[in-house]
Amino acid sequence: MSELRMPVEEKLTCFHCHQDCDEDVLWMEDKAFCCYGCKTVFEILQENDLCDFYTLDEQPGIQQKNPVASFAYLDEPEVRAKLVRFESKDFVRVEFSIPTIHCVSCIWLLENLHKIDSGVIRTVVNFSSKTAVIDFNPTKISLGELANLISRLGYAPRISLDESPASKKKFDNVLILKLAIAGFCFGNVMLFSFPEYLGIDASEKTLLTLFTWLNFGLAIPVTFYCGQDYFSAACKSFKQRQINIDVPLALGIAVLFLRSAFDIISNTGPGYIDSLAGLVFFLLIGRWFQSKTYESLAFDRDYKSYFPLAVFKQEGEDWKSVLVSNLKVGDFIRVRNMEIVPADCVLHDAEGFIDYSFVTGESRAVHIEIGEVVYAGGRIIGKPVELQVQKKTSHSHLTSLWSNGIFEKKDERVYARMLDKIAHHFTWIILGIALISAMYWFVVDASQVWLVVSAILIVACPCALAMSAPFTFGNMVRVFGRHGLYLKKSDVIERMAKVDAVVFDKTGTVTHGDADVKRVGEFSANELGIIKKLSSFSTHPLSAMISKSIQQKSAVEIFDYRELPGKGIEGIVDGKRYRLGSASFIGHTANDSSKASYVYISIDGHPKGYFQIETNIRAGLPTLMIQLKNKFIALLSGDNDADRSRMGLFFSEMHFNQNPHDKLSYIETLQAKGNTVMMLGDGLNDSGALKQSDIGISVTDDTGIFTPASDGILMGNKVAMLDRFLALSKSATRILKISFVISFLYNIVGLSFAVTGNLDPIVAAILMPVSSISVVGFATLAVNFSSMNVFKKV
Amino acid sequence: MNIIIILILISLSIALVFLTIFIWNMKSGQYDDTETPSIRMLFDDKPKKKK
Repeated sequence: MSELRMPVEEKLTCFHCHQDCDEDVLWMEDKAFCCYGCKTVFEILQENDLCDFYTLDEQPGIQQKNPVASFAYLDEPEVRAKLVRFESKDFVRVEFSIPTIHCVSCIWLLENLHKIDSGVIRTVVNFSSKTAVIDFNPTKISLGELANLISRLGYAPRISLDESPASKKKFDNVLILKLAIAGFCFGNVMLFSFPEYLGIDASEKTLLTLFTWLNFGLAIPVTFYCGQDYFSAACKSFKQRQINIDVPLALGIAVLFLRSAFDIISNTGPGYIDSLAGLVFFLLIGRWFQSKTYESLAFDRDYKSYFPLAVFKQEGEDWKSVLVSNLKVGDFIRVRNMEIVPADCVLHDAEGFIDYSFVTGESRAVHIEIGEVVYAGGRIIGKPVELQVQKKTSHSHLTSLWSNGIFEKKDERVYARMLDKIAHHFTWIILGIALISAMYWFVVDASQVWLVVSAILIVACPCALAMSAPFTFGNMVRVFGRHGLYLKKSDVIERMAKVDAVVFDKTGTVTHGDADVKRVGEFSANELGIIKKLSSFSTHPLSAMISKSIQQKSAVEIFDYRELPGKGIEGIVDGKRYRLGSASFIGHTANDSSKASYVYISIDGHPKGYFQIETNIRAGLPTLMIQLKNKFIALLSGDNDADRSRMGLFFSEMHFNQNPHDKLSYIETLQAKGNTVMMLGDGLNDSGALKQSDIGISVTDDTGIFTPASDGILMGNKVAMLDRFLALSKSATRILKISFVISFLYNIVGLSFAVTGNLDPIVAAILMPVSSISVVGFATLAVNFSSMNVFKKV
Repeated sequence: MNIIIILILISLSIALVFLTIFIWNMKSGQYDDTETPSIRMLFDDKPKKKK
């Protein structure tokens, strides 16, 4: 075995996870491990004689470097109740979603879990859906311990309490069941109809009657079980005094069935049972195929999991910015003024103020004390607070706050509204056409009437039309999300296509990055530490730069912290009032040198000096401005006009020393002139302007400011791509128009065949799903193609 | 020609039996996961080592 030991000069790879080992290599016998976690897994496996794990597949192990979260909260009764599928005294069945399942060894290890812990009775892994159903004995191992066990092995389950995958599966199963029955009936009906097609001897009249009655018997489950959805959807729409696209379909099925029933019962003919069964069968196939297509094309429902919301998490001595989705239960986080609490937490500081206006709509700061529970979605006011995470963040909760109706902008979904209108009139027009052709065919060839009517009703179904808009925009939202712009709703794209004025906030949007910070004035080390701490409380970009530039640390406590938008911040330390902010706020004479931004400091009313900050313009911005030159571009800044000369090259209009209200009214003026305004800002002191603008985008680097009033969140390093996003939103509307034309063509061509009696209802039933799928496919391909074209230039 | 009636009834009932089997299979979850069982059957149970 000792040959396996690699020479130390070479890069060591971990025996368990096959990742390169860092400097601290752990040895066990002759195997190297990159971290304690990987070694533990190996020990567990070895102890239980499960080392087959390493031989079944290549690289089966998952790195264990990141500490594993505790799943103890799963033992809470209400959490447990949501997860457990079946429960008795000594038997519990639970299904975990385990995203890290990736190879044969994973299946093997999880299914041998009972060898590691005797409390586990049985595990069944579903490889394709990456889930495991685990039966265990609750008297030997609790749910939380079980989850801890599998996460120690590297298979941390993903717990989500709000989704229920079971209901989706049930729907699929019902559809397949209906499809199976319809197929069975259709096949047999065709068989019994053969004698009819081929012409049967008149002497075998009894046989013919038998066949027709058998057909009729088969038609009953087809109509009343397989076609049930269409009837119930139609009934529902009648109840709402509307006519939806299911009405013509239901009517078509009903017409065929009633007419056939009449024929058969009155013994006047065989009816149209073959058409009826075929129609329902193909409609269901279409439906099933559509649902499969949508599943594979489905907009990443997970795009929200990249939701770019960051929060400061304590790591040792330091505070590091991490994505909200990486938060674990038990982490300590710091939430600053105006930032959103990302998860349900317990307050760790003595006190704080929180505003639940996003949740309740009522803007009022609530006083909270140590140990009190703070719910996700609250906004911290004033002094930053330290919180301990109690529950994993639910993105769906945060995003649902974002889409809360309170923050809804005026409805400008032109296309969606147009569609609603069309769909409404469409049905009436179809019914009219069907009636007129029925009268015509009654005169010309009465036997054709029923087939023609049902063919018309089915082929005219405008579902392709109805699907083009959600698919085009939905896919575009996904493309945007992939490139760093997260939109609240897909109809924002529609408005984006019409943008003709773009307003930028300066700090944090146009300027960003490593700034030159110069300190002017005498400060003691202690004072610097206090300034660092005070400025770290604020989310303003300048504060962040100041805080970053100071090395000294201070453990003092800051009382009475306040943040005054557009002015500065203040707090009391050791009985002295520290202020950071604009010259007027501090009472300092303003510095005229127009090259930098200045933040002035005063202690107890005495000006102490200032910080001179020269910020850099974001990379790529000059090119962006050239790209946007056919639009009206303006700059709004709360700062002095230090940057006027530097920025003047790019902007059509610039306004400095703007307070939040000025920004808002500037947007209003632009809108009054008839412009469609897009506003980009950091969302702190321009949230009013973001809300007022037609499209408000908050630009984020690593702050947790979350402005529900905004329509989108743009990653700071993607600001320079704005022109591409705008171009893409234009092509999205173009694609939508083309899809409209395609689906209209389908309907018109299909209708003309149907009216002239050249279209069998079965062909119509095949044509219908084909048309929707082709339109959906076109929309998806076109969106991806144009986005590839636009982003290729990167 | 009476035989044809019997034959038809037999064929129909056989078809019904297959339909029922299909529905039964589906409800018992045979089609839920078509991948894992093919892998699972290849796992060997090692004879337990005596310690």
